[in-house]
Amino acid sequence: MSGFKVVQPGLMTLIQDAGRFGHHRIGLTTGGPLDALAFKWANRLVDNPVNTTALEISFGGLVLLAETDAQIVLAGAQMPLKINGVEQDRWHAHRIKAGDKIEVGFSAQGARAYLAVSGGFQVEHSFSSSATVTREGIGGFTGEKLKQGDYLNCKPPMKHKGYRLPETHRPDYSDNVTLRVITGYQQQAFSDYQKRLFFSSEYKVTDRADRMGYRLAGPEVKPALDGILSEGICHGAIQIPADGQPIVLLNDRQTIGGYPKIGSMIALDTARMAQMLPGSRISFDEISIDDAHNLHCLAHIRFNNTEPEPVD
Amino acid sequence: MNTETNSIRVEIAGENALIIYFGDKTDPRVSSQVQQAVTILETELNGKLIDMVPSYASLLVIYDQLATDHLEVRRCIRELLSKLDNSESSEGNLVILPAYYSTESGPDLEALAQRADLSIEEVIKIHSEMEYRVYAIGFAPGFAYLGEVDARIAAPRLATPRTKVPRGAIAIADRQTAVYPAVSPGGWNLIGLCPTRMFDPKAEPTMPVQVGDRVRFNPISREEFFAQGGELGEIR
Repeated sequence: MSGFKVVQPGLMTLIQDAGRFGHHRIGLTTGGPLDALAFKWANRLVDNPVNTTALEISFGGLVLLAETDAQIVLAGAQMPLKINGVEQDRWHAHRIKAGDKIEVGFSAQGARAYLAVSGGFQVEHSFSSSATVTREGIGGFTGEKLKQGDYLNCKPPMKHKGYRLPETHRPDYSDNVTLRVITGYQQQAFSDYQKRLFFSSEYKVTDRADRMGYRLAGPEVKPALDGILSEGICHGAIQIPADGQPIVLLNDRQTIGGYPKIGSMIALDTARMAQMLPGSRISFDEISIDDAHNLHCLAHIRFNNTEPEPVD
Repeated sequence: MNTETNSIRVEIAGENALIIYFGDKTDPRVSSQVQQAVTILETELNGKLIDMVPSYASLLVIYDQLATDHLEVRRCIRELLSKLDNSESSEGNLVILPAYYSTESGPDLEALAQRADLSIEEVIKIHSEMEYRVYAIGFAPGFAYLGEVDARIAAPRLATPRTKVPRGAIAIADRQTAVYPAVSPGGWNLIGLCPTRMFDPKAEPTMPVQVGDRVRFNPISREEFFAQGGELGEIR
């Protein structure tokens, strides 16, 4: 066996690939990384295809023991990375040897970091994906978060390249940001006053913020509808339940639901929101679907055309 | 265009998702249009779709923004609407699900019968005589929303949801009925147990039903229930 022993699993560390797609019709949600950009960078910096299985570490606290030689990288939130007790740069591939101890501390800023290994973690796929969705009990190791004593198999390739992402290209995970929302779904059930209230107010991330959705607290928004016939919920959809407090639905959302929705947050910004801790403040900006489309395509082009620097 | 198609609306759902509303209430004809739309869009947008979520009267279409855009998807939907006119309504498969109805397997059966002013036998007869349609699948993997239950045995959700409902629980909420595919919390009224697995990740197909299928419950005895692999499970 070659791989990594989980010495300490951290608060919530999940096996994730890019997500599970095409199975909504049997009620399966997508799962996958909350911050897709940091996840893709982690894989690219150890020369993996961008959808390779990696670890999503929420808040920190992971300790692994290597039983293989490999390259590893940590991208995303500011969780201090130590290899054999020595602090190492994040967004930077590191060669490790069998016997090395890898420690990911608790985050100073941001909530999710991604640990990728050259060649990827070898995890059996269920429904064409390794993504863990704990609510469904699907993906990863029997649908659960990592536990002490778990063993992460991997087969690092003999020759592999490593890279670092120059600091100018690393995302910043500061709080108090404006997140972009496309109005849609039942938006007509929200009066102009209610929409203005929503787009001009500040909301706080509550402690009921998880992979399913982020519950926000702020001025109550009231639609003219109580509920609707259950319908499909897309990623980023902003549901307004009876208490008027918005819930932004994320990767592990239910596939259908019956609360009115004012619109949806774009994925570039759900990734930013998912890096925020309870108490962070956010506000919303309305954006057209055309602008959202262009931003998505540009972000894709920017990622593909940003060259990381080779290391050793 | 007939009157049904005139009422179809397309709304933006998100940056890469449109939602088609075929109506605004539970109706087998509307549900059948949703099913036809799934089949047609799968062909028309082959390779450009990420996923689709059919539900009671709507279809969420999620597309790949690097392969297409809302303008092309809207055009495909317009073309689809003209095709819907000429299609016959789809008849899904008829799936028979065994049902062990009893106060042992359905702790809310008695209360439901009392509220409806019916005997337990009458509730069972009404529930098992009706042919239901699979309107949507969601809430949890394999959870199929079946409708509509006869108005006489419709029942509101429990004031306090249970923390543990066993796998196979046959339940009623309002005019919907369902079989819990796995142990989960739940607020529906439990009237019996079904020994058929509604969701088995290792099986092919994973589920015995899909949206658009028809379902009827066939009452079975306690002995038959156990003989078919049924388990009572824990209710809390």
